[in-house]
Amino acid sequence: MLSIKNIHAAIEGKQILNGINLEIKPGEVHAIMGPNGSGKSTLALVLAGREEYEITQGMVTFSGKDLLEMSPEDRAREGLFIAFQYPVEIPGVSTTNFIKTAVNEKRKYHGQEALDAVAFLKLMKEKMALVNMDQSLLSRSINEGFSGGEKKRNEIFQMAMLEPKLAILDETDSGLDIDALRVVAKGVNELRHKDRAILIITHYQRLLDYLQPDFVHVLYNGRIVRSGGKELALELEEKGYDFIKDEIGLTAGVQAGIN
Amino acid sequence: MVDVNHFKDRFKQLQSASPDGQIARIRLKGFDTFSKTGLPAPRNEEWKYTSISGLFNDKEYHFAADDGQPVFTRSDLDAIRLPGHQGANELVFVNGWFMPMLSAIRSPDDQLTVLPLEDAAKGIYKKQIKEHLGQSSRYIKDGIHALNTSFIYGGVFIHVAKRRELQYPVYLYHLSDAREHHTLCQPRSLIYMEEGSKMQLVETFKTIGTSDSFTNQVMEIVVNNNALIEYYKIQNDAANASQVSTTHIRQIGRGYAHAVTITLNGGIIRNNMNLILEAAGNEAHLYGLYMLKGHTHADNHTLVDNREPGCLSNQLYKGIVDDNATGVFNGKIMVQPQAQKTNAYQSNKNILLSDNAGINTKPQLEIFADDVKCSHGCTVGQLDETALFYLRTRGIPIENARAMLLEAFTEDILDQVKPKLLRKHVKQLIREHLSIKK
Ligand SMILES: Nc1ncnc2c1ncn2[C@@H]1O[C@H](COP(=O)(O)OP(=O)(O)OP(=O)(O)O)[C@@H](O)[C@H]1O
Ligand SMILES: [Mg+2]
Repeated sequence: MLSIKNIHAAIEGKQILNGINLEIKPGEVHAIMGPNGSGKSTLALVLAGREEYEITQGMVTFSGKDLLEMSPEDRAREGLFIAFQYPVEIPGVSTTNFIKTAVNEKRKYHGQEALDAVAFLKLMKEKMALVNMDQSLLSRSINEGFSGGEKKRNEIFQMAMLEPKLAILDETDSGLDIDALRVVAKGVNELRHKDRAILIITHYQRLLDYLQPDFVHVLYNGRIVRSGGKELALELEEKGYDFIKDEIGLTAGVQAGIN
Repeated sequence: MVDVNHFKDRFKQLQSASPDGQIARIRLKGFDTFSKTGLPAPRNEEWKYTSISGLFNDKEYHFAADDGQPVFTRSDLDAIRLPGHQGANELVFVNGWFMPMLSAIRSPDDQLTVLPLEDAAKGIYKKQIKEHLGQSSRYIKDGIHALNTSFIYGGVFIHVAKRRELQYPVYLYHLSDAREHHTLCQPRSLIYMEEGSKMQLVETFKTIGTSDSFTNQVMEIVVNNNALIEYYKIQNDAANASQVSTTHIRQIGRGYAHAVTITLNGGIIRNNMNLILEAAGNEAHLYGLYMLKGHTHADNHTLVDNREPGCLSNQLYKGIVDDNATGVFNGKIMVQPQAQKTNAYQSNKNILLSDNAGINTKPQLEIFADDVKCSHGCTVGQLDETALFYLRTRGIPIENARAMLLEAFTEDILDQVKPKLLRKHVKQLIREHLSIKK
């Protein structure tokens, strides 16, 4: 479904991603962990199409199409969704109106009729119930004045509404209380399907306990330095990143050579 | 260069045809000023960024409907009638002249009186004309203002009676006939709000034809104690239509003014919005939205003159400037020595959408009292790229996403359009302007 080959990316002349390789197949759940500043969000943003990042090498295919050639909106309509680590506040744009536009743009792209008001409302009610989304939030401007947790919940709500093929959740579990975390996990599990895939960026074991990822990857200095099963996350929780850094340290000379 | 002699002949004609005392005297003073100063040039600080002299180069304008006959039919008029017109007083101006024949006064006459200025000057409103017509000349001494004053004729006097709250708004339609000639329209009005009266006033402009039209308008509004005026100016005319539009509001009692100027399309547009707070405790709110594209130039000059203690004023002007368009905001706040406890706020926010678009924004604070609260601020920025990206990652195409953000930017000004039908109408105009479908 998603195939990342040797992606290098830079911003403002600073190299951030240094050759990432990742294969995600339908039905799989992957987790990416890694220390602050290692490039996790950068990877998510590059996949979503943020133009500030310069892709200096590599390629990405999504459902067989060249992802990097597509506009952000086309990526979304092809079924890519990213829940942002820092969702932006957009004063003056009503959340409901925004989501309705998004849902119908996607339908239009796939040659489907726009949902009428009744059908849209029904869909919205259903998904609101799924993520315990408060109606009052939806009548407000996008994320404006939302608490940290409310913003994250809104991301998951949008994900539920848009039913993506591949969802990338960038630290959606950070800043959530225990109930909200359960809600997010429920929202994600609901999306799980043999034709869909999920990529979770996280620092914590908690969400992974709920979701039981098939693969865990460690991103460090812009490359995946370790991949494993869900037990890798437990190992990291226990030992921290130092053991990985130490391992890499041993091969630092070799790496410098490769760079 | 503008041919003063051309205006001189016309002026003499008018004076001899209509030598009525008071108004003729005001005209004479006006023409005297015009002859001396000519049209404002860029060296005039108030006209630094807006040049109108070019509009008069090698061009002869026809004046108002010379024979006084309406040149438009009802159906021409229907095209510009605003929503809710069935429940509104509709005043029609053609080429700058008030046309009673095309107008409809729906408020009862113990509430609202509408008269040609010349008639008002002779009858029971003689005093109001004498005291208040032409007061704006004390503040605006340039030649273009004087040109309007030189040709005060065919104007209108609007009177709202004591403690009457008009249920029906007053709509002013300005039609300009540019089908065969370049046309100069110089509408003039005096509006008198008695104590405790209330009125909603809406103005809009329409040029028909492809020759140039130039509207040089002066409206003077007098607000007495406890009176409330809501004023809306909607400028969405053709690219061949330019105007200088002066609204001079004097709050001579403790009253309330709420003014919103919406500028969408046109040639060269200059708005003077003056609020003269002549009584203690006055309150005034000024809002403006300009959304400019093509080669439109819009210059909003505001003046709030605090002349007595304890007045409150607030200004918020917002602009979106695209293509080769240019915007100007010049906001002047004056606080006279006796006007202690003044609260005066001003803010101007702009989004520039093209490298060729321009904006000049300038606050001008002249404060001669010490116990005052004044603030001003201006911003010029681009569209928020992070917000744009967010919308796009949800599958919203870039053009729609831009329009959504721009529409959101206009929201707080739109909210200031209080009459519901009018707000809906303006919202629709904004959406069309942003090419938002449906
Ligand atoms: N616009 C930018 N200009 C310069 N450096 C940037 C920019 N954006 C990101 N970076 C840098 O890129 C590196 C990777 O950032 P990124 O946000 O991808 O880290 P992360 O792995 O998501 O970290 P965290 O766990 O803290 O969220 C950081 O060092 C960051 O400072
Ligand atoms: Mg991050």
